[in-house]
Amino acid sequence: MLLTDSTKKLSFTRCIRDGDLVIVYEKHDTMKAIRVCETSVLQNRFGVFKHSDWIGKPFGSKVFSNKGGFVYLLAATPALWTLVLNHRTQILYIADISFVIMYLEIVPGCLVLESGTGSGSLTTSLARAVAPTGHVYTFDFHEQRAASAREDFERTGVSSLVTVGVRDIQGEGFPDEYTGLADSVFLDLPQPWLAIPSAGKMLKRDGILCSFSPCIEQVQSSCAALRSSFTDIRTFEVLLRTYEVHEGKMDCGQGDESVSFGSPPYKRRQRSNEESKMQENTSSPVILARPCGESRGHTGYLTFARLKSL
Amino acid sequence: MSQNNLQSDSLQNPRVTWEGCSVLLDINDGDRLVFARLTSGSTLKIGNKKFSLRPLIGCPFGSLFQTKNGKEGPCLSRFIPSTEGNNAEEKGDCEIINESRDNRAIIDNNKAQSLTGEDIDAMRRQGAKGDEIVEALIANSATFEKKTLFSQEKYRLKKQKKYAPRVLLRRPFTRSICEAYFKKYPARIGFLRVDALSLLLSMTNVTAKSDILVVDMVGGLLTGAVAERLGGTGYVCNTYLGGTPQSMDIVRMFNFNNDICKRIVRAPLNDLRLAQSGTSKQIGTHEDAPDMESNGLTSSINMEEVSKSSEHKVTDLDPDANVSPTSKMSKAPKAGESASQEALKLWGENGFSSLIIAAPDLDPWSLVKDLLPLVSYSAPFAIYHQYLQPLANCMHNLQLGKMAIGLQISEPWLREYQVLPSRTHPCMQMSAFGGYILSGTRICSS
Repeated sequence: MLLTDSTKKLSFTRCIRDGDLVIVYEKHDTMKAIRVCETSVLQNRFGVFKHSDWIGKPFGSKVFSNKGGFVYLLAATPALWTLVLNHRTQILYIADISFVIMYLEIVPGCLVLESGTGSGSLTTSLARAVAPTGHVYTFDFHEQRAASAREDFERTGVSSLVTVGVRDIQGEGFPDEYTGLADSVFLDLPQPWLAIPSAGKMLKRDGILCSFSPCIEQVQSSCAALRSSFTDIRTFEVLLRTYEVHEGKMDCGQGDESVSFGSPPYKRRQRSNEESKMQENTSSPVILARPCGESRGHTGYLTFARLKSL
Repeated sequence: MSQNNLQSDSLQNPRVTWEGCSVLLDINDGDRLVFARLTSGSTLKIGNKKFSLRPLIGCPFGSLFQTKNGKEGPCLSRFIPSTEGNNAEEKGDCEIINESRDNRAIIDNNKAQSLTGEDIDAMRRQGAKGDEIVEALIANSATFEKKTLFSQEKYRLKKQKKYAPRVLLRRPFTRSICEAYFKKYPARIGFLRVDALSLLLSMTNVTAKSDILVVDMVGGLLTGAVAERLGGTGYVCNTYLGGTPQSMDIVRMFNFNNDICKRIVRAPLNDLRLAQSGTSKQIGTHEDAPDMESNGLTSSINMEEVSKSSEHKVTDLDPDANVSPTSKMSKAPKAGESASQEALKLWGENGFSSLIIAAPDLDPWSLVKDLLPLVSYSAPFAIYHQYLQPLANCMHNLQLGKMAIGLQISEPWLREYQVLPSRTHPCMQMSAFGGYILSGTRICSS
């Protein structure tokens, strides 16, 4: 999934091979991650797809089933992975993930600590941010979940950048061997304030901590715990509003005259001057956009703090 | 920590300033933000006094400084805040819940303070420290004791900012640079808010060893942000229409080493298209030579110009950091050379790993229809715009042309909170708009 291996790098000539991870795209909210296996088939509502038909085609190709239905095969990215991974826990989505990485000032070469690993949605993006020389040490107290996360990181090709440990960070803190070595620490724990003293020990001076909590009471306690040895404590909520785009006609309800709210730019050459625009486009369709009716209303609060530099 | 760790640390991600390093100075908790380059001659103006920035060289990022009257005039000195709680949040955790004071006894008649301006000036002449003046103001305020603990703290902070200003030394990272510009001069970065910028980078899978094609008409902020994530590998190729590349002055605010600067290149769109069609004979060279000069080699002069010209207009983000003419500005490595022939050829054959457009004044569709063919199949792209309609049209055209899938227009929403014991709520002021992003994945239409 990451481009660190040059033989797997995306290019016009990079074709799908046996053993590749592909994201099968039906539509924007229906996708699936599949490992290509020459002898295998994919069966869905569009029919039966033979993997052997996929091999040798470029990523991004449209492929057909026995019934003429089609899907697209995409190269995996952390953003797509977040949409297809198995939810073993509640996961972080792209708005929070993007903001966390930016605000934690993670760049190639950083050492990052994370707990809990959960389903590995954020971990995958952390790995992308620290590549090629940095490393993510992620901990979960749930042995089976840690094992599944390890399998996922193998699958997505980030395992060389991520080490999954089984450990109760709230109870035991981070392992002493990372003391003073972490550039950034990310906590997604039910009682993050219990892990904050340990996180402070792990961070380099001026290093940044982020705690993700769905409830404001957790934020309240975390901030109280942060005040003694952290500074620049800030709490945010970040969400995405998505838009639908339609082609439609706008009638103004007065006979056959209608009003368009600006025409698409590719129609520009048709106009001779400003005045003729209104008349000319009376019957031409317009592109309309509006926010989608439903959206995620809350994910969690993100609290950031910087270790005091003494 | 082992020597090795320190070594790689200082190369990759320095945490201590050095001579010639670019820094962001946060004066009084975000009230004022100034970019400066630390040289022995550079100064910072606070109030009507000039302070040398020399004491900041060799200090860890995150250090706080306070103004002081030294033997040779005013200077900045390291300030270590006491760890015992002297602010309301710590002392008042339990009291606040039972706070009974309110503002019924506070009358706004300007008589609460018995110290006059002359008194304060006299204290200053006698060498009183800023903190001492703040304490004196509190002692002479008739209403201070009547205020709630929370508003006492607010009063103290207000006076401290005026009489004992503090300067925080911050690392110029994408986060702080974007925030600083967004706060002071959002138009210069096309109103690109930090959360929108972060989304652009993750939606387009920017990571080490990738080749990212960008159209950066946001002053170089986007180019810098991508280069920061590449860490001296891959390339960020800033393309432009016509003969003149866009300015990318903001790139110089980052502390990029030579390895990173070398990975920031420019190429006119025509050259990229020629390279792809295989007729890469006489690409480059013609109109690029003068551009290179004006953008790379003379960056030091630009920096000086910025600070000089800005003395007149206080509006500049870098208003006070006067750089002395003798300083070794030539040390600032150059970024934005013309892309090499080999690189052009390689991109022509392989395509870019992804595409990001942040061109607030251009029509996205007319750009993307020419740029999308330059990125690999299955490559993600993202287009930022301040206005929704051009993106909606662009999305529609991409759908009609069957050029991309997974198309989505999104608008980030960001809200900050005040978190205090018993007084947690969203901040009273927020940015209501951070721009729109159209994202998608290129498909192979053959």
